[in-house]
Amino acid sequence: MEILYTIVALAIIICSILTVTTRKILRSATYLLFTLFGAAIIYFMMDYEFLGAVQIAVYAGGIVVLFVFAILLTSQPGKNSEKLESRRKGWGILAALAVACISGWALVSRCCSLMGAKPEMEFLTMKKLGLEMISSNGYLLPFEAVSVLLLACIIGGVAVARKR
Amino acid sequence: MEINVLYYLLPSLVMFCCGVYGFLTRKNMIAMLISLELMLNAVDINFTVINRYIYPESTEGMFFTLFAIAIAAAETALAIAIIINLYRANKTVDVRDANKLKG
Repeated sequence: MEILYTIVALAIIICSILTVTTRKILRSATYLLFTLFGAAIIYFMMDYEFLGAVQIAVYAGGIVVLFVFAILLTSQPGKNSEKLESRRKGWGILAALAVACISGWALVSRCCSLMGAKPEMEFLTMKKLGLEMISSNGYLLPFEAVSVLLLACIIGGVAVARKR
Repeated sequence: MEINVLYYLLPSLVMFCCGVYGFLTRKNMIAMLISLELMLNAVDINFTVINRYIYPESTEGMFFTLFAIAIAAAETALAIAIIINLYRANKTVDVRDANKLKG
């Protein structure tokens, strides 16, 4: 478990840094794919198998493919993006460090209440998950709301992309 | 070495900070959208890890992540449709050139 954790954590950190620092945008999308796989492995390590499968299917199978299509449609692959101005870069690093400091301080100041090994959890079977999602005292309303949202998204996508 | 919550929250913190940096410095709209995805995923990891470690008897964080993934997918699809439409009109995906909203 420790070895797997170390590999995944290093992969997530390195790939997410490379995602925002590489200058070829197609490479950036590829590093994003590896970061998303790392997140999926974390979900598997947390024993949420369904969530990990959804993450791989929706993100790696759907969103990254969309990104690659959009990149190939809008820019010449292999072309470097222009160099960042140092002022803009400085502001970006400043904002990122500020976020890191504030959240890191919040984490460290409460770390004693967060310590402790992973507690036991009864395995979340597919049946239990589905019942919880459909039952009226569970997540029926958000479930239906998401279905309406997806319908609106389909119609919106067609309306935006159609030829006039 | 005992793996506790902090060990999982640190990579996601780094991921979120990378997202903030990329969102502020990139000018290509698709690169900005990729940074946005990084931030969304960091938050999803936090929800799941805190649900599993601190409230293992409930499933709220896990379901929140599930719905967040669905909404993020819808949002990305629409955003890419809009970006490609802008590219058709402007011949570029630079945010600085997307300053007129005429159809």
